[in-house]
Amino acid sequence: MNAPLAFINARLLDPASGMDVKGGSLLVVDGRIAAVGGDVRPAKGADVIDCGGHCLAPGLVDMRAFLGEPGFEEKETLATAGLSAAAGGVTTLVSQPQTDPVMDEPALIGFMAERARQTCAVNVVSMAAITKGLRGQEMTEMGLLAEAGAVAFTDGVRAVADAQVMRRALSYATGWNLLVVQHAEEPSLAKGGAMNSGEVASRLGLKGIPAAAEVIMVERDVRLAEMTGGRYHAACLSTGEAIAAMRRAKERGIKATCGVAAHHFALNENEIGEYRTFAKVTPPLRSESDRAAVVEGLASGVVDVIVSDHSPQDQESKRLPFPAAEFGIAGLQTLLPLTLELVHGGHIKLLDLLAKLTVNPARLLGLDAGTLAKGAPADLVVFDLDTPWKISEAGLRSKSKNTPFDGRPVQGKVLRTVVGGETVFAAA
Amino acid sequence: MTAPAPAAVAASPERFPHRDLLGIEGLTAEQIGYLLDKSDSYVAQNRQVDKRSALLRGRTLVNLFFESSTRTRTSFELAGKRLGADVINMSAEGSSIKKGETLIDTAMTLNAMHPDVLVVRHQESGAVSLLAQKVSCAVINAGDGSHEHPTQALLDAVTIRRRKGRLRGLVVAICGDILHSRVARSNIHLLNIMGARVRVIAPPTLLPTAASQLGVEVFHDMRKGLAGCDIVMMLRLQSERMQGSFVPSISEYFHFYGLDTEKLAYAKPDAMVMHPGPMNRGVEIDTEIADDISRSAIAEQVEMGVAVRMAVLDALSARLPNFAPAAH
Repeated sequence: MNAPLAFINARLLDPASGMDVKGGSLLVVDGRIAAVGGDVRPAKGADVIDCGGHCLAPGLVDMRAFLGEPGFEEKETLATAGLSAAAGGVTTLVSQPQTDPVMDEPALIGFMAERARQTCAVNVVSMAAITKGLRGQEMTEMGLLAEAGAVAFTDGVRAVADAQVMRRALSYATGWNLLVVQHAEEPSLAKGGAMNSGEVASRLGLKGIPAAAEVIMVERDVRLAEMTGGRYHAACLSTGEAIAAMRRAKERGIKATCGVAAHHFALNENEIGEYRTFAKVTPPLRSESDRAAVVEGLASGVVDVIVSDHSPQDQESKRLPFPAAEFGIAGLQTLLPLTLELVHGGHIKLLDLLAKLTVNPARLLGLDAGTLAKGAPADLVVFDLDTPWKISEAGLRSKSKNTPFDGRPVQGKVLRTVVGGETVFAAA
Repeated sequence: MTAPAPAAVAASPERFPHRDLLGIEGLTAEQIGYLLDKSDSYVAQNRQVDKRSALLRGRTLVNLFFESSTRTRTSFELAGKRLGADVINMSAEGSSIKKGETLIDTAMTLNAMHPDVLVVRHQESGAVSLLAQKVSCAVINAGDGSHEHPTQALLDAVTIRRRKGRLRGLVVAICGDILHSRVARSNIHLLNIMGARVRVIAPPTLLPTAASQLGVEVFHDMRKGLAGCDIVMMLRLQSERMQGSFVPSISEYFHFYGLDTEKLAYAKPDAMVMHPGPMNRGVEIDTEIADDISRSAIAEQVEMGVAVRMAVLDALSARLPNFAPAAH
């Protein structure tokens, strides 16, 4: 096998164990972590990488990313998504089933895994559809899909609207202890909406998506989770009320968890300005008080996971009148720097935030990832916590460049990304 | 010349003090044991050349089936005829029921014709007991909705007792669509009353709410549920429930909940396999097991069915309308 690899002079950050050690080392043998700590010496003959005192953390696990393949290769491929993920410090991508064909058959899960092995620089695991064809009616072969490798179940950016279907899916999933992930938006209330309901939408003359569409769905779903004992996860919440509903559910012992997308704590609805379609996303960017509530939810621990919600859209999909434009932000490379803004802003401790990008999603999905524990795969990110730089659209490696963050000054930069002991990205 | 019938257990209104058999729930272990003992004697009678007796001579038994059935209806018909009764079959097709008559009106009409026994199957839970309140004859529940199918549970118990010698202490796994199954409910009651240990094995979507409060151990993993079992009872899964509403597909259902040799190997080596029929081969049960007479008691269950229904008619005969001890 390859020579052992030693990362030295690193600030070791492992949210799984609470480790935050300066001047530490980490040793990789055969693609796995062989030793980690403040007093680890590099083995003889090891290739040494001096981290220069920068942070060394588990590679990020992005629980919600739309990767284009199969069927939407004009927007993204596993290869380009892999490059973008590597540059963003993401070492595991969780693919969404909103593909063509839809990921609703066991054989397709195997196909994705094989295709990713051949073309993608980082790990890819798949969520499978909850309902056949994402039609919201008949549940998929969840047991066989799980055996084929599906790590969780979701209908992507479609909500499972029918309460009986959702109830049965949550119930059926308990047979295999599977996680059911919902796009928490009541579709009949959101139908035709382009942005958050409120003053801005009224001024712009755009049809709104009310915050209640999200709150109602979360409140309904947590009751279904309570009734069935199923494991429920709201994919990315955007409103303070929905996060409050999630907090109440957790206090009652319901198996409910939630994520938020980076853009929902980094931006509010004002970003839309004069109909900027790059700021059109589902769920929509919300009011400033909702944005602040998302930050508070992260700080209080109600929000378990941060996702990129990477939704690549080509120019043809975005250069349209606002109501006709597609939803979505390409978020893989902005995920870490936007998250670190919360550290620099003094809102949340670094380790607590990293947990939501590593060990928390890994545990929810049952992945062998997201930790610096001895024996874990050497999926790592080295990043400079402090260096200021500006996000630029041109720097995105994703096939689609639909980011509203072009020109945004941030602090914290990925220096190196390692997957299974192999460097897949190194900053110039 | 009639061969001497085996010593029959005489019909006793004290030992079975009910006019009707509407369900297993509410019966005592003694009453069930009495029916099982009677069934055994009728098994012997049914294996003779002349299977008839005159216990119900002159009596009228009406098979009133609102839901189609071949096996149960035929079994009751044979049982009634072998006991000497006149048997009329009525099905919902082509009757006034289809013309909108209410269940209670149908019951009143029939009652006016002075039948002695009504054997009723209905698609709605509770319909048979509603009908029983409106008639003056004996009523036997031949299956009401998802509620009870008492003669099926009795024939299963006779089958088990004849093979295993007892019911007490046996570990019985009931697998499949528990939610919609009257067979499962009747069996759960009977086996619990008789001291067996009952497990149910099903995907969570095919279990009733609060299943564990029915006195069963619940399993979603069939291999774990079958481990150490004496009896494996498979249930039929209706095809309309396999299209994604309760279960995603036939192939997924068979993969996780179909009984094949690999899964059956987790049960005791001498475990007996049962099925109330009709079977969906390749959905809930593999053909190899269904046809293996050393493992499967499926044909035996059908034989016991006739004997059990004779035993039930016999037990109820003590309280039939205008009862006078028959002069044999």
